[in-house]
Amino acid sequence: MTLEVREATKKFGSFTAVDSVSLTVREGQMYGFLGANGAGKTTTFRMILGLLDPTEGVIRWRGNPVTYKTSPEIGYLPEERGLYPKMKAADQLVYLAQLRGMKKADAKREAAAWMERFEVSHYAQKKVEELSKGNQQKIQLIASLLHRPSLLILDEPFSGLDPVNVEMLKSAIMDFQREGATIIFSSHRMEHVEELCDEMSMLHRGEIILDGRIRDIKRSFGQQNVRIRSDFPLASLQETPGVEAFTPTKEGAVFRISDESAAQRLLSKAMQLGPIRSFAIEEPSLQEIFIEKVGRHHA
Amino acid sequence: MRSFWTIFSQAFWTKAKSKSFIITTLIAVAGFFLMANLPSIISSVQESGVFGGDGEQTLYISDGGSELAVQLQRQLSAAEADFTAEETGQPAAELDALLEQGEIDAYIELTPGSPLTARYVSETAGISGMASAVESAVQTLQTARAAESLGLTQSEAAALFMPAQFEREAISDSSRSEEELSEARGLVYILIFLLYFAIIYYSNMIAMEVATEKSSRVMEILISSVSPVKHMFAKIAGIGTLGIIQMLIFGAAAYVALESSSSDLSGGFFSVFGFSSVRISTILFAVLFFLLGYFLYAMLAALLGSIVSRIEDVQQLMLPMMLLIILSSFIAFSGLTVPEAGFVTVTSYIPFFTPLVMFLRVGMLDIPVWEPLLSIAVMLLTIALLGWFGARVYRGGVLMYGSSQSLKDIRKAIQLGNKN
Repeated sequence: MTLEVREATKKFGSFTAVDSVSLTVREGQMYGFLGANGAGKTTTFRMILGLLDPTEGVIRWRGNPVTYKTSPEIGYLPEERGLYPKMKAADQLVYLAQLRGMKKADAKREAAAWMERFEVSHYAQKKVEELSKGNQQKIQLIASLLHRPSLLILDEPFSGLDPVNVEMLKSAIMDFQREGATIIFSSHRMEHVEELCDEMSMLHRGEIILDGRIRDIKRSFGQQNVRIRSDFPLASLQETPGVEAFTPTKEGAVFRISDESAAQRLLSKAMQLGPIRSFAIEEPSLQEIFIEKVGRHHA
Repeated sequence: MRSFWTIFSQAFWTKAKSKSFIITTLIAVAGFFLMANLPSIISSVQESGVFGGDGEQTLYISDGGSELAVQLQRQLSAAEADFTAEETGQPAAELDALLEQGEIDAYIELTPGSPLTARYVSETAGISGMASAVESAVQTLQTARAAESLGLTQSEAAALFMPAQFEREAISDSSRSEEELSEARGLVYILIFLLYFAIIYYSNMIAMEVATEKSSRVMEILISSVSPVKHMFAKIAGIGTLGIIQMLIFGAAAYVALESSSSDLSGGFFSVFGFSSVRISTILFAVLFFLLGYFLYAMLAALLGSIVSRIEDVQQLMLPMMLLIILSSFIAFSGLTVPEAGFVTVTSYIPFFTPLVMFLRVGMLDIPVWEPLLSIAVMLLTIALLGWFGARVYRGGVLMYGSSQSLKDIRKAIQLGNKN
């Protein structure tokens, strides 16, 4: 009972947009899909949705291909926002939910509830083009999950939003997952994926260059950061074996180390120098891993 | 099937409730009532004398003291001229001054002799009913004088100018008499114009709708919910229904307007259009050919609308299609006078021309029923083929965004929508 993408390849003429991508999303999981612009995220989503047929490979949702029969089970928020500019927000939500097989009365009731939650009730009778970008995005997200899909695909759901709205949308998406939905979402903002997902894939130029559980990815990446705060200079510590890089900060320094034993050596050396105010071993951020991976991949 | 009706009613109601639709329909309905009452409006305006000053035009006749002025006056009143003719002894220079002041509308100087010489002077040299009336009166006067000088009696003179009896008949079965043709022509003319207009208007609406959905990117949500093919057909059906309803409103309005107007439909103004002998089959064929023409062109419009990325590019891409419709209207309008010409018969079977040209033939001629049926069959086949082809282009076209906007994109769209 999962979403399964096996060796999916999509070619447009001689250009390979997606190159044998495989991923498995367990039911009820929140799955992150990372990649820079043009990495092939949208094409992969379009193949999952059945809008494009893969040149090679198989895509299955609960054991069957995604077709228009399964349309009520699936929700989609496209990267390029798409709503009728001249239609009223509430009418629009009801119409799009009806197309996903929802009854009109149910759609009306649910739409009102969601708009209440996102604090946009007073825009219900306004044309979408009159709404701010953030509010349009809220309407767009409601449109993707109003019909209670069991698989929700969100392509860059947080782009162009202010931090308050990002938090509001995030909590709504997490609630939706808790209610049992399987969610796959893409982003080029690593911190969103780190915060929301257990598993992820990193896509670069159509290929998966990294995937798995985020914790495992970080561990296996090998590198860690040690952040020390103190009142005395730490520059001499960069000669410690196992330290790969040294970056002074305002209150101390950050050391990139290759393994955990180097952290212990750093700690004992630092304590010999004088009192330290804080010592922390930090996992690498996905951002660092991404840059490292992409750099190495195309060095 | 439920989503089909959802799209259908959405397409129908958004347009039906739109301001532009309501206003166009109201203006057209008002136009019908205006048209139907035009004769009585014109005559009441004329009676009120708003445009004619004192209404009566005046002609001065100067004949240098001969009897000619009296004879011309008599001739003009016999011809029921609608202006006053007065004899005057003033010289030309004074008459010119009077003309400039607007006291009189024209004057004529007659000089006796063989033939009679006349000089007609008016303020402007424009086409005027008065000039031609005066000219023919002077001509009659000349004829009478010539007959008199030849010593002919009045009846001999009349016999000389008797017109011949001339009648036209056609022996072909499909032909109608000249009288019937001119009666049918008016109605067919109006209906061809209406068909032409409606097909352009509604297929344009389809292309704009599709392009709007695509450029606002809502299309991606739509086609991930329902199949593009279903979406396309539901949209075409929804707008088509709107078209039929608008036509029905027009028809009903025209009927009520004509029935309730004080005008006499069988004579005067309306005899030109032949409304007195409307054939119900002509109306039915008009509806049928509207539907067929609309479906054919709407399919083409949806296909074209699906491959543009921006609304601004729609018109450019629609141009070839527009040319097809315009060409078929040329054929149809020029065929009004020669409905049996070879080029009309041949083009009436070409599907893109059939709606207008075959309708012209059905309306103007008594052709055997298999002819329109055959052309309808050809059209249905073409619509099916175009529907199949259009759906393939549409499937890929709606996902295609880019700068180049040409018919070559159709090939790209098919590739994108392809299974492989």
